[in-house]
Amino acid sequence: MSLFLTQSSIGRKLVMSITGLFLILFLTFHMCMNLVAILSAEGYNAICEFLGANWYALVGTAVLAAGFIIHIIYAFWLTVQNRAARGADRYAVVDKPKDVEWASQNMLALGIIMLAFLGLHLYHFWSKMQLVDLIEMAGGDVCSQALENTTNGFYHIVNTFSSPINTLLYIIALAALWFHLSHGFWSALQTIGFNNTTWFDRIKWIGRIWATIVVLGFIVTIVMFFLDGFFGLNILPLLGA
Amino acid sequence: MAKSINITLKVWRQKDAKSKGHFETYHLENISTDSSFLEMLDILNEKLVDEHKEPIAFDHDCREGICGMCSLYINGHPHGYESEVTTCQLHMRKFKDGDVITVEPWRSRAFPVIRDLMVDRGAYDKIMQAGGYISVNTGGTPDANAIPISKEIADEAMDAATCIGCGACAAACKNGSAMLFVSAKVSQLALLPQGKLEAARRAKAMVAKMDELGFGNCTNTGACAAECPKSISLSNIARLNREFLCAKLKD
Ligand code: HEM
Ligand code: SF4
Ligand code: FES
Repeated sequence: MSLFLTQSSIGRKLVMSITGLFLILFLTFHMCMNLVAILSAEGYNAICEFLGANWYALVGTAVLAAGFIIHIIYAFWLTVQNRAARGADRYAVVDKPKDVEWASQNMLALGIIMLAFLGLHLYHFWSKMQLVDLIEMAGGDVCSQALENTTNGFYHIVNTFSSPINTLLYIIALAALWFHLSHGFWSALQTIGFNNTTWFDRIKWIGRIWATIVVLGFIVTIVMFFLDGFFGLNILPLLGA
Repeated sequence: MAKSINITLKVWRQKDAKSKGHFETYHLENISTDSSFLEMLDILNEKLVDEHKEPIAFDHDCREGICGMCSLYINGHPHGYESEVTTCQLHMRKFKDGDVITVEPWRSRAFPVIRDLMVDRGAYDKIMQAGGYISVNTGGTPDANAIPISKEIADEAMDAATCIGCGACAAACKNGSAMLFVSAKVSQLALLPQGKLEAARRAKAMVAKMDELGFGNCTNTGACAAECPKSISLSNIARLNREFLCAKLKD
């Protein structure tokens, strides 16, 4: 039975859809967590400690990584199959119908931008937090300075966003995410079969609104930390140290 | 008011399935804006025959938008830019004097070119043969009102049933996906009590055939519905996904 997840087009699309929805759910939590950093460094670091190198956070990280990896592998696989299905000869003239969203035709390109960003993001945070703890637990050499900051997420946020370049790169990736989700959300529900004439436009709007909330939440955090650090305002976190 | 225009056509010419094709340019003068697009091609073909050249091969039959035989990718759109019309219903009054019109065949791996603008759409017939029907015991004609069906359901089934199997959906799709066609065919039957009985088997068989024939994976870009001459709705694709996934999960 489960063969249809690899052998049928709709089965493959189901995998894309479920992993995509899972990633949206993850990002929604991630965004809410980030907002805590604006309010309280202690609160944020408590979350970092809770999600540090302990068994449940590691299981969570592994599941999340699997979600990403499956989504990405299927993305490339489907795209290769779809290009082949188009045939060897291309149209000389193409004119996109106005009802077709730009994002829907560029999901892979948007995904690749996010993938590049993911590398950068893991380097900025994960490699300095959970990874350091893991190396230390495995008996590796880590300097005490690095070890001290493994759950000090607040410190890493301040560090990362004091740079205008980092801030800009993050915002570019978030813009790509917005486009990806503006199509991805309704597309995922359509793939599962959860759609009909009445709900068609509603689901599209719910998707756009959800994407906007998630992306804005991330951007607000980033921009506030950037302004605070860059201009030395020192007003963050709002509720004091 | 009859008016006439001069146009330039760039038409895909290809000797047979195996040859390499190319664009050929033709100038046509004094084309009446009252003529249809296919009549314009007829005029061109007569001219070519007079010049002892090979006429352009293109598909057509009813010329009134019901048979699904005509095709043509006109200036980047299957059945031309106008919405809700087939190529045979497209008229030259939609073009301006001096226009350059590029005419290409459907391009999709599952629709190989036979000659010039003609492609083999047998793949759609094979999908139909895989399950796009209902099995009935023939007997006395049943009473028309024996099985009541609500107006909404009847309308939705009728809308799905307007699909003429022209292939514009797969031709327009960047993924070469036939999902709009298959979903229309699955929906027109799955919505009605007579077709519901075999719905699960039908969805599985038709999707399996569609995949086997080399159509792509639908990524919901919606180009199919935007270009479909019969405005088949994307919500049919959601229904097909639902029918297929439920059938697979029950196995
Ligand atoms: C932050 C992470 C991501 C989220 C939340 C996400 C979410 C989604 C969702 C919900 C869909 C729609 C699924 C469907 O149509 O059924 C989707 C489709 C897609 N995603 Fe992602 N995605 C993410 C990252 C990526 C990455 C890194 C890549 C590629 C390198 C990628 C490539 C694609 C492609 C090509 C599609 C379209 C495929 C299709 O519809 O069949 N995504 N994504
Ligand atoms: S769904 Fe529309 S475009 Fe596709 S075959 Fe049917 S009528 Fe043609
Ligand atoms: S020729 Fe029959 S639909 Fe166009």
